[in-house]
Formats: sequence, structure tokens, C-alpha cells
Amino acid sequence: MIWNETMECMDREEMRKLQSIRLKRVVEHVYHNSPFYRKKMQEMGLVPEDIQSIDDIVKLPFTVKQDLRDNYPFGLMAVPMSEIVRLHASSGTTGKPIVVGYTRRDLGIWAECVSRVLTAGGITRNDSVQVSYGYGLFTGGLGLHDGVQNIGGTVIPMSSGNTQKQIQLMHDFGAKALACTPSYALYLAETIHNSGIPLEEFQLRAGFFGAEPWTENMRKELQEKMHIKAYDIYGLTEISGPGVGGECECQNGTHLWEDHFFPEIVDPKTLQPVAPGETGELVFTTLTKEGMPMIRYRTRDLTHLIYEKCACGRTAVRMGRIMGRSDDMLIIRGVNVFPSQVESVILELPEFEAHYLIIVDRVNNTDTFQIQVEVRPEYYTDEMNKMLALKKKIASRIQSVIGLQPDIRIVEPRSIERSMGKAKHVIDNRKLV
Amino acid sequence: MLIKQLSIFLENKKGRFTEVAKLLGEAGVNMSAFTVSENSDFGILRLIVSDPDKAIAVLREHLYAVSIAEVICLHCPNRPGALAKAMEIITEAGIFVEYMYAFSEGDVANVIIRPDNLARCAEVLTANKLELLAASDLYKL
Ligand SMILES: [Zn+2]
Repeated sequence: MIWNETMECMDREEMRKLQSIRLKRVVEHVYHNSPFYRKKMQEMGLVPEDIQSIDDIVKLPFTVKQDLRDNYPFGLMAVPMSEIVRLHASSGTTGKPIVVGYTRRDLGIWAECVSRVLTAGGITRNDSVQVSYGYGLFTGGLGLHDGVQNIGGTVIPMSSGNTQKQIQLMHDFGAKALACTPSYALYLAETIHNSGIPLEEFQLRAGFFGAEPWTENMRKELQEKMHIKAYDIYGLTEISGPGVGGECECQNGTHLWEDHFFPEIVDPKTLQPVAPGETGELVFTTLTKEGMPMIRYRTRDLTHLIYEKCACGRTAVRMGRIMGRSDDMLIIRGVNVFPSQVESVILELPEFEAHYLIIVDRVNNTDTFQIQVEVRPEYYTDEMNKMLALKKKIASRIQSVIGLQPDIRIVEPRSIERSMGKAKHVIDNRKLV
Repeated sequence: MLIKQLSIFLENKKGRFTEVAKLLGEAGVNMSAFTVSENSDFGILRLIVSDPDKAIAVLREHLYAVSIAEVICLHCPNRPGALAKAMEIITEAGIFVEYMYAFSEGDVANVIIRPDNLARCAEVLTANKLELLAASDLYKL
């Protein structure tokens, strides 16, 4: 099912024309209404007239997360605060949070974009959706909430936490879909399994998972454990929140709603556009946002774009799986390591639980690379050599994927912390002077 | 003649064994024998207890990874050469012993044996007039 066929299936040439018109408009808007962007453009000797089509986007300056921190709290708003009807913020691990503001129209477009994702996942006005993303300053809860209401569906506004109640209400209210982070979904799946309530008693058939990168293997596990189709819903606070894009029934790339958010892929080092289809850092320009437009915002997400028409009929560009974040990448003994690589190995091996923790430290000037894993209850054995063989198996798989020998630690069942929101997968204790 | 032995996966952290002992004690389960097999980061605690089913329930409730293995318990006089004779019989029968541990009480010794072929092991030992303890006897110790 398609929510907005005109936009989602538009001829690509027509889409470029629309993007050109909208880019010109947003550049004029920020030049005249945002001292931050005007200054940046003036420093580059740019005036709005220099931007005549979407191809001219490469002339524009980049925006980074630090710009949002430097202009905390409202320095990047491009409308008077009287026009802003809602604020959201994302908690950075260090320093000030970043704050975003939405006009009434911005909220409408956001709900439209979430509606496209829900519809692509088969959800209609007859269905109820359990929103188990956190409600509050985080965009996940309210973003999904508005989207479900926009299609006329029934919202079950659970927020995160209180896992037993989540499961009880999901069961009693007959939720058709669940929206939360993939790691929390895994936790819910595990809890359902332990609750003893048969899966057949749940109505659940779709999951919309996002706010942290996940893998094909995690999808497989979620689909098998909950008997659902698990869809990626992509978004980031700076651009609008969840719903910047989402998967269709083909589950073969995340469609991006490029009539509102124009995506580019650049080389994170040179900042030059990569050849079509190549992997690099994803950059977004908001084409219709009023409150806090973003011009060429560097997401730090590493991925590639697919421009071919999808089997679902949509022409909207697709984003491949996120390979990691350019700033999440760990460099251990000179080797680039993405936590997502470790995760995909762990999920491939049935002997291990999906939860893991990477601990990096530096001892005698050498990096240590420890991975804590839990063995599934049915795979614990009485025999020491079989347990050691399990350790060796996972270590050699990781070595072959990453090119680095990990120190595997098998820990006791459920001793790795289960997260309610974004899972913490890495502890880096290296003090780099 | 077969005895249920519990195997518990434990990380090499302070106080883990104490906690297991405490949980079983509180549940009124008595430990008859135990041994620990360990490497640098984890160990496997093997236990013979008075009420295996209750012990499993209590430990699983506290999220311990517990598996069950069947073992036999050889009861022999506590004097030089007694165990050697039993081992010779086992070896000659082509049976491989995965692990064993013993505890003695005065003039008798009890040896817990985990062979690769339980039935055959019990058979050859009994045929050679060696005494195997029944579960009910052992749990009473
Ligand atoms: Zn599609």
C-alpha cells in the first residue's frame, strides 16, 4: 500500500524539478531569515541566486552537529519563536543537548512522512500501533504517535520501559504493530518468550524499528521470534525525527522521502560527492522545513543510495543498510572496527544471545579488544572443552570478518545490561593523550 | 544407579560460588559433593545435591545456566590400589572417562565418574563386583 502515490512514485526527472524549486525556496528562506546560514553563505561569496537547480546544492556549505551545539538553544531557528509549536532535543553524551523546533506545518509534514512508512508496512486506519519509543524530548515517541493518528489508526502510547505491562497490553489490546528501537524489540521478544503466553495469542504482524543501526541478522531474529515483518524506519532529530525514510514490503532498502529531504553521499574525508551507488557519509538538506531548516547536514551515517525503481512501484530513492557511523568507528590496533560487524557475526551464530558488549582498553601501549557474549541456555554444556570450542568458534568468525583477534569472554546469562532505548555496545577505556 | 549431577556455569568473579552455596542452603538443599573445572575467565561447577530438581529450579530462577549430566558413583574401600583396579577395568572395556572426582569418609571412598558410555561403565564395574552407590544413598550422605 502507498500513502502518497504522487510523491512516492514520481518520475525521477519530475522529482528533480520539484527538488530544484524547493531547494531555491529553502535557500532564500535561510538566507533572509537565519543569520547563521547567511553568514556561512556570505563567507563563501554565495547569494541565493547562485542556486538555480538541485545540481547547485554542491555549492552550499555543510552543517554539522557542533553547529547546533554552538548555537544552543535557538540560534538555528529560521522563524520567530512565536511560530514554533514544538521543541525536541537529543541528549548528547557530552556537552549540551541539541535542540530542534517545528512550526505547525513542519509537524504536519513529519506526520505525513511517518504515515508513508506505516502504510508501506501494511498498517491502515483499522490497526492499532503500540508506540514503545520513549515519549518526551526524544523524537521517537511523539513522531510515531502523530504518524499513527494521521493515518487514522489507533495509537497505544506506551513509551519505553515497564516491559511486563508492554507485553500484557500488546496482548490485551491486540496491537497490530510495534514501534521501538530494535534492541528493545529484542528484549520484548525475549520477555514474551519467557512469559509463556503463546505467540498465537498476539495480533502483532509488523514492527517499525529505528533510532539505532541494525542488521539483516537482527531482522531475521526479530521476525522469527515475534512472527512479524520487521521494517526499518529511519530518521534523525536534526532532520525531523523518525520517518525521514522507511522500508516497503520488499525490505530491500529504505525509501527516503526526497520531496522533503534531499540525500547526498559524500566522502567523509574529502567531502566530495561519491560516484552514484558508492558508500560514503549521508548528507541531508531539508527542502520544506520552516522552523529549523538544515542545509547539507552531515549525518555521520555511512551508507549508499539505490536510484533504480523498486519492485514495490516506488521511485523514491532507497538507502542501503547503515554500515556504521563515521564517528562510531573504533580504531583498534590500527584496524577500523564497526560494532555492527561484531553484531552481525554474533547474530549468525545460534549458540549466542543477541546482546554483547565490546570493551576496548590500552595495556602496555597495546589496544585490547574484549567482547562479552552470553551463551543461550540450551547451549551451555557440562564439558569444558565444548565451552572452549564455542569461544574459539566466535573468535575466529570475528577475526575473519574484522581482521583482528578478539578476546572473547563468555559471561553468565543475562549479565549484559538490557537496554530500554539505544543499546550501549561499546566501552572504550583508552585514555588517549 | 545413575546419579543426576548439576553443572553450573560461573564467571571467575569473587563470591559467585558463595552465592550458589547460599541459595541452595536457603532452599534446604544439601551439597554432597562438588568440583570446579576452570580456565582463565570462567568455571564449571559440578555438584551432587540432596534434591537436584529443587536445586535446578532455584538456580534457574536466579538466572544461572544449569545443565544436568548423569554420572555414576563408585563406592570402594579407602586404601591404596582400590581405585587403580576400578580404572583398569574401565580402560580395558574401552570406556573413556571425561572427568572424575572423589571424596572419602574414613575407611570408604566415593568416586564420581563421568564416562562417555554410562550404561557400559556401570555394567563392567558391577560385573567385577565393584559397588556403585544409588542416587538415594548418595543424596543422604
Ligand atoms: Zn519499495
